Amino acid sequence: MLDNAQQGDMENAKSMSIIVTKGSLDWAYPPFILATTAAAMDINVTMFFTFYGLALLKKDLDLKVTTLGNPAMEMPMMGMHMSMPNIVSVIPGVDRMATTMMKNLIKKKGVASIPELREAAVDLDIRIIACQMTLDLFEMKQEDMIDGIEIGGAATYMETASKSDINLFI
Amino acid sequence: MAEHVLNAEGLNCPLPILKAKKALKSVPQGEILVVTSTDPGSVADFAAFCNQTGNELVSSSSEGNVYRFEIKRV
Repeated sequence: MLDNAQQGDMENAKSMSIIVTKGSLDWAYPPFILATTAAAMDINVTMFFTFYGLALLKKDLDLKVTTLGNPAMEMPMMGMHMSMPNIVSVIPGVDRMATTMMKNLIKKKGVASIPELREAAVDLDIRIIACQMTLDLFEMKQEDMIDGIEIGGAATYMETASKSDINLFI
Repeated sequence: MAEHVLNAEGLNCPLPILKAKKALKSVPQGEILVVTSTDPGSVADFAAFCNQTGNELVSSSSEGNVYRFEIKRV
């Protein structure tokens, strides 16, 4: 007979897949936070990195934020909130400054860094698939990516997704 | 029985959960891990984490800005 723990494991054998399409510092958070948390909750997780999302798998991460196309972006500053109008993004150095401000906030508020979350993802045995077509398209090399990843295509993803309880596109 | 303690104070979501998961691995079955955190979101999150993983949330309390959770490993 199964004991409670084993029964629990069987009931909890859920799975999730996430398609990761964006490669900016802010958009890197939702997929990595959800994937690592799910894995910590005994959910089997697959992450499929495609298009700009592939930037998140590079050994040397250099992620940035931009104010461009993001009217909701406000940075807390001296007890107030400084809005970041779209147009300021064209001024040289503004995106770099916004990125530095964001990284400082992340540190100050005890939020995990993306390298830290990515390391956790690998430790938690999350299955990571890099999109073959995107690698070809942007002439990226697997050597530039972190170790332990698979290369695959849409069919590889769909096979996993069709068996998953939760499928997200981010 | 050795006390198992995890200080997750100052850390934000989802780090307290990720660190608790890691810490639980070295806790023998039936023993308790005590986690402290300062993230108000961790109150709901540790309840959800225990619900999902089957570990028992023996107690959830707070004192000042610090939240304290006792998790019994299954």
